[in-house]
Amino acid sequence: MLYHDVLIVGGGLAGLRAAVGLCDKYDVGLLSKVYPIRSHSIAAQGGINAALANNPNGKDDTWEKHAFDTTKGSDYLADQNAVEIMCQEAIKIVYEMEHWGCPFSRFPDGSIAQRPFGGAGYPRTCYSTDITGHVLLNTLNERAVAKGVRFYPEWFVIALVTDGGMCHGVIALDLKSGEIIPILAKTILFATGGYGRVYFYSTNALINTGSGIGIAYKANVPIKDMEFVQFHPTALIGTNILMTEACRGEGGYLTNKDGERFMARYVPTAMELAPRDIVSRSIQTEINEGRGLEHPLGKYINLDLRHLGAQKIIDKLPGIRNICIDFIGIDPILEPIPIMPCQHYSMGGIDTNEKCETDIKGFYGAGECACVSVHGANRLGGNSLLETIVFGKLASFAIDEYLQNGEVKPDESLLIDKKKEMEKKIDRLVHEGNEKPYKILADLSKTMSSLVGIFRKKDELAQAVQNIIEVKERYRNVHVSSPKLYMNHELINAIELEYMLEVAHTIALGAYLREESRGAHFRLDFNTRDDANWLKHTIAQIGKDGEPVISFKKVTITNYQPMERKY
Amino acid sequence: MITANEYTFKILRYDAQEPEIEPHFESYNIKVITGLTILLVLLRIRDEIDGTLSFRSSCRSAVCGSCAMVINGKIDLACRTQVASFGSNTIILEPLPNMNVIKDLFVDMTPFWNMYEKVKPYLIRKNPDPEKEIQQSEEERKRIDQNINCILCASCYGACPVLSRDPDYIGPAALAKLERFVLDSRDERSKGFLETVNNEKGIWGCDTVLRCIDACPKDVRPTDSIVGLRKTLVKNKMKKIFGAAKDED
Repeated sequence: MLYHDVLIVGGGLAGLRAAVGLCDKYDVGLLSKVYPIRSHSIAAQGGINAALANNPNGKDDTWEKHAFDTTKGSDYLADQNAVEIMCQEAIKIVYEMEHWGCPFSRFPDGSIAQRPFGGAGYPRTCYSTDITGHVLLNTLNERAVAKGVRFYPEWFVIALVTDGGMCHGVIALDLKSGEIIPILAKTILFATGGYGRVYFYSTNALINTGSGIGIAYKANVPIKDMEFVQFHPTALIGTNILMTEACRGEGGYLTNKDGERFMARYVPTAMELAPRDIVSRSIQTEINEGRGLEHPLGKYINLDLRHLGAQKIIDKLPGIRNICIDFIGIDPILEPIPIMPCQHYSMGGIDTNEKCETDIKGFYGAGECACVSVHGANRLGGNSLLETIVFGKLASFAIDEYLQNGEVKPDESLLIDKKKEMEKKIDRLVHEGNEKPYKILADLSKTMSSLVGIFRKKDELAQAVQNIIEVKERYRNVHVSSPKLYMNHELINAIELEYMLEVAHTIALGAYLREESRGAHFRLDFNTRDDANWLKHTIAQIGKDGEPVISFKKVTITNYQPMERKY
Repeated sequence: MITANEYTFKILRYDAQEPEIEPHFESYNIKVITGLTILLVLLRIRDEIDGTLSFRSSCRSAVCGSCAMVINGKIDLACRTQVASFGSNTIILEPLPNMNVIKDLFVDMTPFWNMYEKVKPYLIRKNPDPEKEIQQSEEERKRIDQNINCILCASCYGACPVLSRDPDYIGPAALAKLERFVLDSRDERSKGFLETVNNEKGIWGCDTVLRCIDACPKDVRPTDSIVGLRKTLVKNKMKKIFGAAKDED
């Protein structure tokens, strides 16, 4: 059995920042499904928000204005105390990342460059061309290497052990050796990313299964606001690769088949830089009403950058240009980019407070897998990179405080029992059943994309819940073709699938129950926000019978009273 | 129009835990629609035909660096390579060279990471940090434009002819990473640091045959970095000699 004072699960920005903050003082282990540098933080393109006030058009920007934009963008579902902390910390962590070597793009005066982004009153998105996630993740990985953080790359957590309101450790599977290894830990931080892959159409990496959230949920950790799923307005048709919001931040247009900049009919003031939920619905409406364009891979809308000119595209959006050339054979200097909205971000997740604490002592969550909530019903572009690093840092503070205050004794025997249980389960997966895991996942993710998408309604959501219950039933009969435990990707897929089913169930159920429209959750049958009844967080917890039990939790309001969300 | 064509994928199979079975090609016939990438086909083969196939993958958009392999004799990322781009219905897939195979297309990256760590791949500062950002001009920032694009996919490491005869050679990626910091106006590592690579296992080991540049999916030019580091080293030496000569005057 392995032991660490602090076990961090996930090597993206949140996990790495926490590890870097704790490794000088504690015995820290960082376990990740992939080498940390492969984590999905790498794919973030556009930038990270902080009210540095470097932009000549944003000299009077403040963290309070950032907090207001974030709260309004969240359709008032965010907890404002947490938003305020994040927006104050933003300035510090951007400078910290710069001091650690992050190569931000620069203004002529040598300061960090900032660009406009959707839903923001000021140009406050700091960036490095269109590879901001890549440079931030490299910087934190470099920092972790400099500090000698202990990595367990290509290890999978397959269960979390909690008992008596505290956490005791995890059961892990080492991909290369196939060993099932209990890891005892005084504190555990999950920084396991979002649940995009429960959707068939998603911009997310293949590793973003949401299994971390499902693992926590199965171990009695409450999860929050799962029905709030962000659909990004501009994903490349066919491959669903993200086309950053910076395309529009730099001045790109959205046009329909008539060449019309249709956002003028929806949000004439903000146009293409309205928040993501609104732009996605506008695009989907254009397509649904027959003003989209036709492609063998589906109906689409044009993202037109041509008027920006070759030099601006090459200087500011080189990664986007490369992706378009590599994946669809289109050079955005010469042709518009065919896009459609698709699943992009998980607002919901492990229920945490502003210190990353959960209901379970010693168990923390940070980054996309967590729901603090700072994004509420809709996240603003540039706030996800921010959340990961800020809350990775705050998690390290909370863990330090917890370990300083009193003796924590995790129980080894609980881990031994759980290990046996997992061995039995894996034995059944490789020896019994006849359902292929990929078929179950395809059916699940198609249900999610078609019935729990941008526009939702009661009967479809009820159907989605029904479908999920059926695929859960089929999962009992799932089978993995090889009995070898090492290098068995199909086995890992099958194990993760169980958790994905739980995650999807809570999303669909939350969406079914929430009879209002707020942020990214849009109900055709309840198409307005209903603060009287629904200004509250949805909490899902696993019941004794294994079924989700839903309750609700108050939203924290400090300075910004909910008002109509107009742009 | 979307059309489907029948393709044969020949994949080099090997399991280091069963060394008695020699590396061998296995063939998979699969219908592929136009526009599909090698990675998507690999995922389908593993899902639908052979659950034991091993390869790495994650982002499927050429940014995470997981899926470098040899595709019809050329190193590239499986996720950004279109099946239809070869004018042939047979696709041969082999693991990245210069590393030991763990299973099939999944290689042991440990030596690659060891070399990366050797160059101290992080910003080194001696002066205390300012309250705000360390100033850097647009021009200074531009100097590292190319180097920071590296996704550590090890394509260059697999393509390097020096590494194939000398596994102790530090390799192109690590040296391009070192140059990224040497060129960064904010980095304050001592000039003497370059001495650690001033040898045949370091910058003088390179054959300068540009295979790494050819293999890089992100247009990084490691050979240029290596030549650049050689020049910096020589320049530092000259300064030292002339500086010393001046002292004697």
